[in-house]
This record gives sequence, structure tokens and C-alpha cells, in this order.
Amino acid sequence: MIALELKDVRKNFGKTEIIRGVNLAVQSGERVGIIGPNGAGKSTLFNLISGRLEPSSGEIWLGDNRIDHKKPFEINRLGLSRSFQITNIFPKLSVFENLRCAVLWKLGYKYTFFKFLADLDDANDAADKLMHEIRLDKKRDVLAMNLTYAEQRALEIGITIAGGANVILLDEPTAGMSKSETKRFIQLIREVTEGKTLLTVEHDMGVVFGLADKIAVVVYGEVIAFDTPEAVRANAKVQEAYLGSAVAESQAHG
Amino acid sequence: MALTKTHYEFKPYNVARWVIWSLFALLLVVSPMVFTSNLSVTMLTQMGIAMIACLSYNMLLGQGGMLSFGHAVYTGLGAYIAMHALNAASSGGLNIPVTLVPLVGGLGGMFFAVLFGYVTTRKSGTTFAMITMGVGELVFAMSLMFSEFFGGEAGVSGNRVMGQAFMGITYGPPVQVYYLTAAYTLVCVALMYAFTRTPLGRILNAVRDNPERVEFIGYNTQHVRYLSFIIAGFFAGIAGGLASVNFEIVTAEVVGAGRSGAYLLFTFLGGATFFFGPLIGAVLMVLAFVLLSEFTKAWLLYLGLVFLFMVMFAPGGIASLIMMNLRLAAFGRLRQMWVAYVGLAVTALIALAGAAAMIEMVYHLQLNAALGPELKFAGVHLNADSLNSWFGSAFVMLTGLGLFELARRQYVHDWDETQVFIEKEIKRREAL
Repeated sequence: MIALELKDVRKNFGKTEIIRGVNLAVQSGERVGIIGPNGAGKSTLFNLISGRLEPSSGEIWLGDNRIDHKKPFEINRLGLSRSFQITNIFPKLSVFENLRCAVLWKLGYKYTFFKFLADLDDANDAADKLMHEIRLDKKRDVLAMNLTYAEQRALEIGITIAGGANVILLDEPTAGMSKSETKRFIQLIREVTEGKTLLTVEHDMGVVFGLADKIAVVVYGEVIAFDTPEAVRANAKVQEAYLGSAVAESQAHG
Repeated sequence: MALTKTHYEFKPYNVARWVIWSLFALLLVVSPMVFTSNLSVTMLTQMGIAMIACLSYNMLLGQGGMLSFGHAVYTGLGAYIAMHALNAASSGGLNIPVTLVPLVGGLGGMFFAVLFGYVTTRKSGTTFAMITMGVGELVFAMSLMFSEFFGGEAGVSGNRVMGQAFMGITYGPPVQVYYLTAAYTLVCVALMYAFTRTPLGRILNAVRDNPERVEFIGYNTQHVRYLSFIIAGFFAGIAGGLASVNFEIVTAEVVGAGRSGAYLLFTFLGGATFFFGPLIGAVLMVLAFVLLSEFTKAWLLYLGLVFLFMVMFAPGGIASLIMMNLRLAAFGRLRQMWVAYVGLAVTALIALAGAAAMIEMVYHLQLNAALGPELKFAGVHLNADSLNSWFGSAFVMLTGLGLFELARRQYVHDWDETQVFIEKEIKRREAL
């Protein structure tokens, strides 16, 4: 079953074409790594899928729902959630409140103001469970702005998965982390996204090849390859367009 | 240094909450027995009204991050609706007791919040602020055009003593109006506090912190703002309705920009980051409007200066100052600070005395020149035309400023020391 499908999606900013006809079909439960050089349009692609930007043409389908031209919150309610490259949390709320906010809609509390938060056992339990999963249970009442960078990144992931969405987009989840932090963090992402459809933009090649079932290579606004890691590695077009420069560079140094 | 908390928190939470609410209720009941003069009772009534108004304003500013420049539209229109309801009731057209007139004002405020809020809350940030200002000007301009509803320059007046007295309550004596206001204040404050602990209240905080992210956890930020705006409009209208019953007259200035500015200023002074901040702001508002304005003609200038210093040096308002010092007290460090505080206060007073003498002389020259150059300020005779008075005032002010700077350095030093101590203490307790 296809969880997410892009059909000839294009995006122009003025006359500049950033996304030039992307076709992509992600099967339910697949883990897809999206790689590509800087400025290739990876983040723009995520912004189009999650509703932050509207495509200029083409169609985006989430299961049986067409989601292009829908608002971010509508897309989220249909079961797609995303994280951000630059940490995007609620700085003046505590870790627990951050997570509780993120589970409220899913549990059906919507805009109610006739119930006390303290009495919502399911929301409190869900937030507590999540807090343990992302290993922030010791920081329960710390304001998000006072967390360390790595902890904020973990909270970002927590907020993203809290709503129970089936399709998760992670935009460079390990950006700015040290090697050892990255390793632990990838393990965490694996755990918390078990059984879900995952798309992740990543710069670190080691991370991508370790985490993903399939890899999509984006160059100049097009997906030039979408296959298993081994096949992508062997793909001549990819080597030329993307890995080529890295190989050449390493040879120059070697 | 990562401060985990900058303020004190009550523990155990529930006991403290019951104690505080009981004390607040007790305060409302006892106040008019302590301050019995007519002036104090009417001031207490106004404080209750201002508390509801400032708290409803803070629902937007402190909890929703919405800087409104037109909150008086909702208190003011609520007041007009309540006044018309009162008049309809006394002429027999409408069968409601005076006790419920403020509630009619609340519904009125809510109605206009539904109407105008739909436009204003579509945007946040600067755009929101601009639109609220525009709506405020619009309503004020209309108040001069539609005199049937707004009563023109004279306003609309009414009489709250009407209908059957219920258990001897006629609302003739001001103290009865006070207790009506106090009852509304207690209930409204409790309801607005309750609101901060509901899903909508919390999501409103999230919208304040990071509206974009809220859209990606399933919430429509526009809708969150709009709903909260309507609720704030309801409470604002209740405040307006109480004001109608209290003053028995409503004039166009109640919807004006000046009133909106006052809500903003005093909510901020009291402290927008804590729930109880606006309560302090409301008390200050009435004191300033009723007492300070009697005391000196330059009161708005002093108010502006206070506001300026508050924004620059204590943006959390008085509430945050209180909570920061409670935290010190909790760690037993307040005693070390009080010398520094006294130093700050005394030197600031000296500087203020000098500055105020000059301000008063300027005002005297501008407004009362016909009475001659002589004036009396704080028991001292000054001559606005003599160099001696000016020189003396300037000298006092500069001396005060110099000493204040010294006191301030000592204070900053002491404060940093206590903060370092508290950080260490927290680490130590965590390690145990």
C-alpha cells in the first residue's frame, strides 16, 4: 500500500524553478532517506508535503487523501507529522507541557475549555510515556528553552511523533550533533518510529545508509534515483551528480 | 549558567492554592470594613472592575502573545450595552434585576468580540496590533456619529436603584455596589484562572510561544486566537457592565485609545508573565487615576517614566520582582539583600525628589504662571524664577543619581552572589 505519493510536483519561486517535477511513491512502513547536495530542494520538498508551502503544480497524496493545497493542521490531522531542521519547540513551556500540547488534538480534546488538563488522564499518561521514550523524564518541569541542544532535538522528535501520525518527516534530525550524540540519536529515532513510514533528510551518509530501507537522491529539484542503498551506491548517475564530487575530493586528499 | 527557574514555586501546590484563594476572598470581603470612607469604597469598587478588565486583557497579552491596542472597545461597548439594558429594565421594557446587568455587559462584549475578533485574530504579531488599533479608532469615531446609541458628548446615563429591592439590596449605597463587584470579581478571577488550566488555555500559550509549530500539531492557530479573543471579550464586557452600574453614566471615552492604553500599561506594570500580575496592575491603575492625579498635574509624566523604567529593567513587571525575591527568601537569602534594597530605594527617592521638583516647576510655569513663581513642593518653598531653586533641585537629583549608581553596583554584586549560591544549592540538593 502506498502511504505517500508525489505526482509531478513542481514549485516555482518567481521565475526560479526549485522543484522540477518530482515523482515519488513511498510504501507504507518504508524508511526513506533523502539525500542531495545543498540547495537541491530537499527541505522545500518537505515543506511542500507538510503544507508549509503550496506546490505550483502536481499532486500530493497521503493514502487516499489529496493533501496539496491543504493547511498544515489539516494535513497533520490526516496523519502526517514533521520535525524541523532548526529546532522548533515551545520555548516557554516545560518539557511535559510541550509534549502534552502535542497529544491533545489526537486524543480529541480539540479547543475545549470546559475540562481541566490535570484531569485528562490519557493525555497526561501519553505525555509521560513519550517523555520516557525520548529520555527526558528527568527534565519534566524544565522549560524547553533551558534544555541542551541535544535535548531540544529529542524534544523536537517527541513533539513530532506525539500525535501518533503514521507518516513522519524528519528534516535533518541530527544536524549540529556530535558523532556520539548522533549515534545514540539514530537509535532513538529507530525505536520511536517503529512500524511507521519515515522520510528523513540527512547529510551524514553513514546515518542514511544505516537508517533507510530506500534512498531518494534529489539533485536540482529532481529525484534522479530512488532505490535500495546498494543500488543507489552503484548508480552511475548518482555517482556522477552527487557522490562523484565527494569521491573526487577524497581522492585529491588521498 | 543555565538557570532552571528564575522564580519561586509554591509547594505543596494544592494547599498553597487553597490558602491563597481563601485569602483573596477574605480580602474582598474585609476591605470595605477597613476602608470605610465613600472615596475608599468607590476606589475599591473600581479596583475590582479593573482587575477583571486587566486579567481579560492579559488573556490576550500574557497568555496569547497578542498585543492589543483596542481592548477598551470590548469593556466600553459592554458598558454601553449594560447601560441600555439597565435603562430598559427601569422603564419596564426588559425584566432583569440589576444584579444581572453586568452579565448583559459581558454578553455585549462577547458579541462585539465575535464580530471584530473575526477580523483582528486572522493575523498575529504586529499586524494584529495594528488591526486592533484600527478597530479601536473606528469604534471611537462611530461613538461620535451614532448618538442614539452612544449618547453623543453627554453619554448615556441611568439609575441603578430600580425595581423591587431583594432582601434589602437596593444598590443605593456604594457599599452594596462594592459587594456586587466583589462577587463578580471573585468569580471572574477564578474562571479566568481556570481557563489557564484547560486545553485551550495551554494551546494558547503554545500559540504565543511558536504559532508555526502549533499548526503542525493539528491546531488552527487562527481558531485558537479567535476563541480566546471571544472569551476575553466576554470578561471585558463584564468589567464594562460593572462600571456602568457603579458610575451610572457611560461616555465615549470608555471606548477610546486612552483607556486601551491604560489597560496595556498597567497590565504590563503588574506583570504579564504571571497570572496574578494584572491584579497588582489593576490596583495601581486605580491608585494612579484617582490619587496620583489629585496629587500632581504631572502624573501622566511620572506614570510614563515608571513604565519606561519597568520595560527597560524589569520586563516581567512587579509580579516577576515579587516572585524572584520569594525565591531568594525560600533559600534564606533575602536577608542579605535587604540592605541593598534600602540603599536603592533611598538613593532613588533622592534622585526622584530633585527631578520631581524641576518637573513641578516646569508645570507651574506653564500652567499657573498667573499665580506667581512661588510654589510649594513636598513641604519646601520653591521659586520657579530663581536660579537657587533650579540649582538646588538639579544638585539633589545629580547627587541622588550618583549615589543610586553606587547602590546599584553593590546591588548587582549582591544579587549575582546570591544567584550563584542558589545554583550551587540546587545542584547540591539534586545530588543528595
